[in-house]
Amino acid sequence: MTGQVDAPTGVELLRVDGLVKRFPGVVALDGISFDLHAGEVHVLLGENGAGKSTLIKCLAGVYQPDGGQVVVDGRPVRLHSTAQAEALGIATIHQEFNLVPQLSVAENVLLGRQPRRFGVIDKRRMLSVARRALARVGLEVDPRTPVSRLGVARQQLVEIAKALSLDARVLILDEPTAALTDAEVDHLLDLMAGLRETGVGMIFISHHLDEIRRIGQRVTVLRDGVSVGTVPASTSTDDLVAMMVGRPIESQYPRQRTEVGVELLSVEHLTRTGAFEDICLSVRAGEVVGLAGLVGAGRTEVLRAIFGADRYDAGTVTVRGARVPRHDVHAAIGAGLGLVPEDRKAQGLVLGASVADNLGLVSLRRATKAGLVDRAWLRTLARTAVTDLRIRTPSVDVAVKNLSGGNQQKVVMGKWLSADPAILLLDEPTRGVDVGAKVEIYQLINTLTASGRGVLLVSSDLPEVLGMCDRILVMTQGRIVGELTHEEATSGAVMALAVQEVESTRAH
Amino acid sequence: MPTEPASSKSATTAASTRALSTRALGTHAQGLLAQNGPLVALVLLCLVLAVLSPVFLSTQNLLNVGIQASVVAILAFGQTFVIVSSGIDLSVGSVAALAGIVTGYSASAQGVPPALAIGLGMATGVGAGLVSGVLVAYGRLPAFIATMAMLSIGRGLALVLSDGIPVAQPDAVAWFGRTVWGWLPIPVVIMVILGLLASFILNRTYAGRAMYAIGGNEEAARLSGINVRRQQLIVYALSGLFAAIAGLVLAGRLASGQPQAAAGYELDAIAAVVIGGASLAGGSGRAFGTFIGALVLAVIRNGLNLLNVSSFWQQVVIGAVIALAVLTDTLRRRRP
Repeated sequence: MTGQVDAPTGVELLRVDGLVKRFPGVVALDGISFDLHAGEVHVLLGENGAGKSTLIKCLAGVYQPDGGQVVVDGRPVRLHSTAQAEALGIATIHQEFNLVPQLSVAENVLLGRQPRRFGVIDKRRMLSVARRALARVGLEVDPRTPVSRLGVARQQLVEIAKALSLDARVLILDEPTAALTDAEVDHLLDLMAGLRETGVGMIFISHHLDEIRRIGQRVTVLRDGVSVGTVPASTSTDDLVAMMVGRPIESQYPRQRTEVGVELLSVEHLTRTGAFEDICLSVRAGEVVGLAGLVGAGRTEVLRAIFGADRYDAGTVTVRGARVPRHDVHAAIGAGLGLVPEDRKAQGLVLGASVADNLGLVSLRRATKAGLVDRAWLRTLARTAVTDLRIRTPSVDVAVKNLSGGNQQKVVMGKWLSADPAILLLDEPTRGVDVGAKVEIYQLINTLTASGRGVLLVSSDLPEVLGMCDRILVMTQGRIVGELTHEEATSGAVMALAVQEVESTRAH
Repeated sequence: MPTEPASSKSATTAASTRALSTRALGTHAQGLLAQNGPLVALVLLCLVLAVLSPVFLSTQNLLNVGIQASVVAILAFGQTFVIVSSGIDLSVGSVAALAGIVTGYSASAQGVPPALAIGLGMATGVGAGLVSGVLVAYGRLPAFIATMAMLSIGRGLALVLSDGIPVAQPDAVAWFGRTVWGWLPIPVVIMVILGLLASFILNRTYAGRAMYAIGGNEEAARLSGINVRRQQLIVYALSGLFAAIAGLVLAGRLASGQPQAAAGYELDAIAAVVIGGASLAGGSGRAFGTFIGALVLAVIRNGLNLLNVSSFWQQVVIGAVIALAVLTDTLRRRRP
């Protein structure tokens, strides 16, 4: 299965031999080896928690490894700081950008090394250097624009321009496509192909296997802190997934459809001016209803309004026959609604609090009698959730920020499952989650519907919507423009609906 | 063939379990030390002072330290609720003074029965806290601004009511500052009881658990069904109540209501909470830590007095200790 591949022809830029990194209680890296050559895109693939982020931080000089070595240009090096890594030509584009939003693009590109004359910044030279750097990444923007005015995709290009202006020969890209639209992904991959021609070596992390095939040459798969093998990027999906999770996965979307029962959620003519209009939908027991559409179509806004997180101007939300008051999360939860929000770190979790505290957050009210909390009961509840959801954590007392992305998401799911809602609203539940954890989240959806609950799913991952939903509603510009059963639904049919209204309004 | 690898495997498992438990013990001790950094600092401080001054460890002096710590500690327990929920309450010193004046004024000048006057003082504290809470929770004012306004309003009202001169306190209030059985100071008793109460509220009540959730991530708390605004009201009301009790203890010790009492104590209270290990960013902090923080401040003041260091220099030392305490804490947390 793990057929070895020949190293590419370019000179070796970077090699990692048996790298080991331990944290208190956890061995994050347990002997990682791989190498990167000039003009190569080398993919690191692995579940969340497999050790990719730790490895990158070792290469970027953030962490110091406890064993093994890093070899740059044939010489073993010790990277004590990011500055040292950058001096050796290793630049990292992290998921969270290191940009100063208030400063201009040019200042960000040249941050800390702005050209100076007599101690005063030489604006003209700064702008011309920045322009050249921006041209290399094909970013057409006035370098005087504040970075805060750019979207995610263009901010990312600013980061890459900054890295290239540092003469980086090794570029590490940590899930650069996670927050991009398809067109932006195309642009980024084209840019990477161009950089490959100029001899830059790139370490590319992505969960999207199609991107990996388009741009990568070799793939090194990590599992539990060990590199399990290096294979060509053309390796079949099944084989790659099997290497990642250590077992074959039968199906990527294991939806088990069940008998549909009574109506649980009914939304009538829900409207918020400027966000969404006349939204009517229903979810019945045992059903997964998908809300598809392009980013910005208003899906998240609808979900949050149903849950009472945001206000709405007109319309009604009814759960099991009872009207839910508007803009009242507490009442919505009482009526049987739950929401797994879009951004787990900003909206889903108390990152500094323990796994147990997070898992008990929704059930806190239920654990309270006369103002007193039964914390022992909450701990039992948390332990059960950790076992049931297979959350990988040393104990329930660990701060949730120390968990990998997939396990954090399971904690968010877990706090709702413990509260047992009739309807669970899921907003991008598998974003930034690895293949193994994704399938586990799908299994949780199956369990929910099998026990007569309903699910309303918003996702930008079209295959996921097609694979998991029983009915799909397509939204465009704040309106529902069509409904498809899972038999009718193809990516073509959904996309045709998703873009249809945009074009017709443009024609006006 | 099948038995041999099995037995060798169990041997390695046993070995690794042993290694793990030793390591777990190490981390446990480390964790205990890290959690109680302020306590270690306090013990070291006491040891040094015991060597430098023969009087320091005498029972009478230690009780004095307790009395000196009591008002700030009580204010700081209330402040802990606010800081854990990622707010701040600058008004506690003023509210303490106002509560003392309200009690003294209503009992002495208006002839209200002492017990009722004390109740009025406490209600004043709760009321002031509720006003701050409404401004923060419903008016969306930053806590810094809302409570700074209350700092000014509270002090102003205290001056208005008392006309700027001290008011007499009933005997019942003087009792708050007394020492019973010749050795037990009531302020220390009240401090310990309120410390236990604060710890109980933080750990065992819905309001307390909600404080940690709101301080850690307000949006996640809201989306989990916690009524953030109502909880914020409770937080500031509790802080106001604790401030009022601190004001009564102080009035008892001074045997009068001083409109200028407890000026600047809010900063000592915040310092005690922070020295005790809470983060101003919210989501962490313990009543026991705050208690230690207040004792650290009192011990330093007491020690410097015993060593005849001028009160001007004491301010410099206190400032340096606050910076040092938070610095070591930050450095300790930065280590992965």
